Amino acid sequence: MRRLSWFNTVSLTLGFAFLYIPMLILIVYSFNGGKLVTVWSGFSTKWYGELFRNEAFLDAAWVTLKVAVVSSTIATVLGTMAAYVMVRAGRFRGRTLFSGMIYAPLVMPEVITGLSLLLLFIAIGLDRGVLTIVLAHTTFSMCYVSVVVSSRLVTFDQSLEEAALDLGCTGFEAFRLVTLPIIAPAVISGWLLAFTLSLDDLVIASFTSGPSSTTLPIKIFSAVRLGVSPEINALSTIMITLVAVGVIGASLSSKRTIAKRAKDEQEAIQ
Amino acid sequence: MSDAAIATAPAEFAPWEDAQATPLIRFQNVTKRFGDFTAIDNLTIDIYEREFFALLGPSGCGKTTMMRMLGGFETQTEGTILIDGQDVAPVPPNKRAVNMMFQSYALFPHLSVAENIAFGLKRDKMPKDQIAARVDEMLNLVQLGKFANRKPHQISGGQRQRVALARSLAKAPKLLLLDEPLGALDKKLRQDTQFELMDIQETTGTTFVIVTHDQEEAMTVASRIAVMDHGKIIQVDTPAKIYEEPGSVYVADFIGDVNLIEGSVTKSGDDHATISWAEGQQDLIGIAHDEIPAGTRATLAIRPEKVNISTERPADMTNIIHGKVLDIAYLGNMSTYVIETPTGQHIKAQAANTRRIRRRAITWEQEVWLSFTDTAGVVLTS
Amino acid sequence: MKRFGLISVPYLWLLALFLVPFLIVLKISLSDTALAIPPYTPTLDLSAGWAGVREWLSGLDMENFTWLTEDDLYWKAYLSSLKIAVLSTIFTLLVGFPIAYGMSRAPDEWRPTLMMLIILPFWTSFLIRVYAWKAILSQEGFLNQLLMGIGIINEPLTILNTNTAVYIGIVYTYLPFMVLPIYAALERLDESLLEAAEDLGCSRLTAFWLITLPLSKQGVIAGSFLVFIPAMGEFVIPSLLGGSKTLMIGKVLYEEFFANRDWPVASAVAVILLLILIIPIVLFQRNEEKQREAGK
Repeated sequence: MRRLSWFNTVSLTLGFAFLYIPMLILIVYSFNGGKLVTVWSGFSTKWYGELFRNEAFLDAAWVTLKVAVVSSTIATVLGTMAAYVMVRAGRFRGRTLFSGMIYAPLVMPEVITGLSLLLLFIAIGLDRGVLTIVLAHTTFSMCYVSVVVSSRLVTFDQSLEEAALDLGCTGFEAFRLVTLPIIAPAVISGWLLAFTLSLDDLVIASFTSGPSSTTLPIKIFSAVRLGVSPEINALSTIMITLVAVGVIGASLSSKRTIAKRAKDEQEAIQ
Repeated sequence: MSDAAIATAPAEFAPWEDAQATPLIRFQNVTKRFGDFTAIDNLTIDIYEREFFALLGPSGCGKTTMMRMLGGFETQTEGTILIDGQDVAPVPPNKRAVNMMFQSYALFPHLSVAENIAFGLKRDKMPKDQIAARVDEMLNLVQLGKFANRKPHQISGGQRQRVALARSLAKAPKLLLLDEPLGALDKKLRQDTQFELMDIQETTGTTFVIVTHDQEEAMTVASRIAVMDHGKIIQVDTPAKIYEEPGSVYVADFIGDVNLIEGSVTKSGDDHATISWAEGQQDLIGIAHDEIPAGTRATLAIRPEKVNISTERPADMTNIIHGKVLDIAYLGNMSTYVIETPTGQHIKAQAANTRRIRRRAITWEQEVWLSFTDTAGVVLTS
Repeated sequence: MKRFGLISVPYLWLLALFLVPFLIVLKISLSDTALAIPPYTPTLDLSAGWAGVREWLSGLDMENFTWLTEDDLYWKAYLSSLKIAVLSTIFTLLVGFPIAYGMSRAPDEWRPTLMMLIILPFWTSFLIRVYAWKAILSQEGFLNQLLMGIGIINEPLTILNTNTAVYIGIVYTYLPFMVLPIYAALERLDESLLEAAEDLGCSRLTAFWLITLPLSKQGVIAGSFLVFIPAMGEFVIPSLLGGSKTLMIGKVLYEEFFANRDWPVASAVAVILLLILIIPIVLFQRNEEKQREAGK
């Protein structure tokens, strides 16, 4: 029924053009035949070939993936625990400090987080490598997970858990059988968020990685610092496509779930 | 229900019966379509000054669209709407001498009660001291003087409703539109507020058009009710007329409780019609202003409270139905009896509980006779 | 007992990997630079017992902070970061508000799609999104090609490696952070409020000014902090898009640490950056709490 005014149409069009044109250019020019990235010289997929032959990139990608999977999984467990503590544990000594430590990393400049973790690892004599990046990533992404999960827990009806206890569950069973399935979507999006943050992170990884554990963002950064390279365009295109497929797929499936639920509810009424 | 029907506006106020009176609002062949959907279908109606006019109907019947067209938030697809003789189609909402009280109240959450009431006055560039005086006047009208500096979320639902009313009345509009004004209040508060609304309407002399789906509310407050369905007005009349002499089965069924007895017309004329309706039962007579050809299918609509119930066959009643008691609902002041006829139809009768419950004569499964006069029911063909 | 376990695991993790590292930064910022490994003195020698602690404490001083105030490179870097963060927050607001407003006015069935389109870049690599602008803003880049093609300019503009490029980069990468909270505030806004304002005599423009703007204030504040706080410590954008003259504190800190290996000074720079950011962070938290209470 509602129509957009010309002003809103223009601002939305310009806004989304601003957001998407740079990425489109990147994608289009990843299929450029020439070495120059601003002059079109015919369609080619040769940069993708180059990319897949570049072992340094492949190694870095493998390290990044390992770090992301491990750190986001640990972060999800810790973050969910932290969210549960924040929402359900009530008062305990040091609660203020705890919530401060949950929220502070969200707004802490990455350079400071990176620097402080590096100084810690040096102080305790831990050699920099995959382990230190995992520790660093887990720490900041568990805070994001706990924010996502606690926002779901806040709206969670506590009487469901009480009902489970009333029906004979132990506390942990009530969590596993009732709470967890209900907050699962939030836990999953927390994991995805942690995973993406870890994949993307450049600054903290630069501080905490060692010579043998270069991650993909570090590799990309050192390559593009000097200029534009068509190989990076190809790599970017692959990453953008993966994310786009993931996000669009997730939003379609959630749309379908909502539509199905609405339909079920409608049918239940009739 | 019958109490509400009695408590309408004074009988002498009836401009719609006066051929000389000029209406304040005229809808002339107005149609409003949203895409394929016709919300208002070729509607013509006049509303007069100082009326308390109710648009009554189920959701989606077009009553809200009609009100929004008066407010200037929708424009009709076809036809003309005149307010005070002026075609209002080109007039935007902010230039109309019409104010609206929104269903959600639409109180500005960042402004205090007094600032909300002053909002429209400020837009009119009224001098400051006059605004203050008018705000005080409105706060007194709705008895909220103490709450002037509170924010909307700091007052109760009933108080918010009154602020919304005060705000929309502050500019002294010719016409006030009320969109389900009492919908968000609980039942007790709603009843009190209905009388308050009527008082305020009378004191300010403003024309009120109210949209509601609550028939009791419409009966209580309105001078006239327009019953709507599917974008059309089915009947416009005073509450008493709508209740006592509904023009169609739809209206009879929509307002209050009713028995609908279907049959075929055997005799008609002299403001009455007779229908034969079931084997072994005698024919029933009801009011019919127009003559109906014999053999036409028709429905006798009769209100339960107009049906007498007795354990013996009454001697001097025109309409008598025989059956046995299927169900009794005790409502305190009265009881409703559901009677099943030998042919399986269910008919309701109501009786006031003037005796204590233990002494009541009628009980389940008992054979009873229902009776009513020849002017108690109406015979309807549509 | 179980509750204790539940609390203590994440608690200890954060203590060890968030609070302790930060205390180490604070401590090193008070130490002196040394040509050693680790490159600072004094180091705490616990084997020497109390005397060691006392000696260590006496070695700490405010020298690095004095040094920061004396060398105007740091002053300029802080001020320039502040200026860039403030200005780019304003630019982001100017770009983001109309988008959020347009989204909130869009037909209901479009909104999930528009929402997804705003969030999608957020999931895409930050680094790649910044990098995308290099090819657009360079001398031979697409922007210059376009502008010269339609005849607005004759000479290519120098945008890449200037502060202008940094502004563009910040606006571009942080736009979703601005749009989302404003959209959330505008979406909550009951349309009947605007109709009521019009009904009471407002034109559309005054209704926007008197109703829409005040009621989206919380969203604007939240969005501005979400852009300002990270922009202040930004490192990637100034290093990729900014020039040698672009001074931003995040970049200075990074270079101080890696290029100059001056850990104490880098730590002192970090401590001061955090002190500067504490005020907006606290204000932001307070705004969030206010919003949460208003939502109840």
